[in-house]
Amino acid sequence: MPRQRTARLPVLDASLRRPDGLSPRTSRALRARLVALTLVLISLALITVYFRESDDGTLHSAQRIGLSVAMPFEVAGERIARPFRDAWGWVADLVGAKQENKKLRKELQDLRSRAVQEQTALSDNEQLRRDLQFRDGPRFPQGFNGVATRVVGRPPSAYNQEVLIAAGTSAGVRRNDPVVTPDGLVGLVTEVTSNGAQVTLLTDQQSAVSATVLESGAAGIVRHGSSDSSALILDRVGKDAFVETGDLVITAGWRTGKLESLYPRGIPIGTVKSVGQQDVDLYKRIQVTPLVNFDSLSDVIVLVSKNR
Amino acid sequence: MTADVLKAGALLLVAALVQVSIASTIEVAEGHPDVVLVLVIAIALLRGPLFGAVAGFWAGLVLDVSSLETLGLTSLLLTLAGYFAGRFGDVTTKSSAHPSLVAVGLGTIGFGIGSALVHFMLGSTLSPTEFFVGVLLPSLALNLLIAYPLYGGCRRLFQPEPRERREVSPVV
Repeated sequence: MPRQRTARLPVLDASLRRPDGLSPRTSRALRARLVALTLVLISLALITVYFRESDDGTLHSAQRIGLSVAMPFEVAGERIARPFRDAWGWVADLVGAKQENKKLRKELQDLRSRAVQEQTALSDNEQLRRDLQFRDGPRFPQGFNGVATRVVGRPPSAYNQEVLIAAGTSAGVRRNDPVVTPDGLVGLVTEVTSNGAQVTLLTDQQSAVSATVLESGAAGIVRHGSSDSSALILDRVGKDAFVETGDLVITAGWRTGKLESLYPRGIPIGTVKSVGQQDVDLYKRIQVTPLVNFDSLSDVIVLVSKNR
Repeated sequence: MTADVLKAGALLLVAALVQVSIASTIEVAEGHPDVVLVLVIAIALLRGPLFGAVAGFWAGLVLDVSSLETLGLTSLLLTLAGYFAGRFGDVTTKSSAHPSLVAVGLGTIGFGIGSALVHFMLGSTLSPTEFFVGVLLPSLALNLLIAYPLYGGCRRLFQPEPRERREVSPVV
């Protein structure tokens, strides 16, 4: 036997429908729309007036008053919430810390490399300025042009005191050209190619420079000392010559007929470190501290004769 | 009715202050939980479009005042949010024991897009990626998260209105 079904007729709002007008539901919906529309229009009016009026206008003033009333509550709320906010911030920071850390590490690496580059550029700049001042200054030897260049290499051998520079014949550099820095004499060009040259330093065992003591005029030869690689001695200075510690030793720059020294006169070499003599010796024993730091040479100037 | 108005007024006033001083500081990406919006939607779901629109207007006004924003801007958006949430509640969740996540979700998206649109008209813009990924999605997630507790609280404050009686034809 088929189950008896209950037929329910949808009579929604049947009891509320009025034949002569709108049902309460429709009326309520219309009222809601009307109110919403009114409020939207009020909002638009507020926005318009707020934008058009000056900062001293009515709405701005009202807003400021409202804010001053609300501010104590906001402050209180902020104080109450501070511990929770801090806790939230701590958790959020923890979550973001790993990513932040990675990002910061990368930034740090970039900044380090930039700092190194900038430091190098600054150092180069200072060095070049000094070179420029020296080349344009009164201490620069007469009759020479300066070819500023960089030290690009050092031979790995500990036996030869030499450096490679980035200027060669194309820049006018020739063999036996003296090499200086603003501090003093460096050495001599001993090999040259089109775009590079080898400079034998003053501290090499093969180097020797005729020199004089500026203060007394005592003459001698500066050459490699026996104690360590950077030590120099002023040899061939007679016992009767007057030399004191601290005296400045410069190149002698002699000239005899057509022969002349490879080094122009007046280039500083070093200062007298100690003076000694023994009865059995023919000459004084004078140790000289070079003015140039041969261990940290980076920029040098090759003196190229103008008369060449 | 008067009690409801007072309760809603006070609740939204407190919510606006909480929003400005506390909720705005809770930040996920660029998004914040919008307590006021969720409350307006909850109230509108329980009390209908008229009440929702008025509640939204009031809440927006308080928010604009307490945060020194352009007066009327949030009112406009929250009025619309309240009205449409009320309409949505009329046909779906008015007497449901559960919060309508759909209403909060749609409300958040609508409010976000409306806000972006109004700000675009006023000259301040975000890139679409920044808006959708940085603002809208986090806000949506946070609002859905707070929807349950806030709707539950509102349900206690604003008891659902009794259903209208429907006449049913007798059993045939």
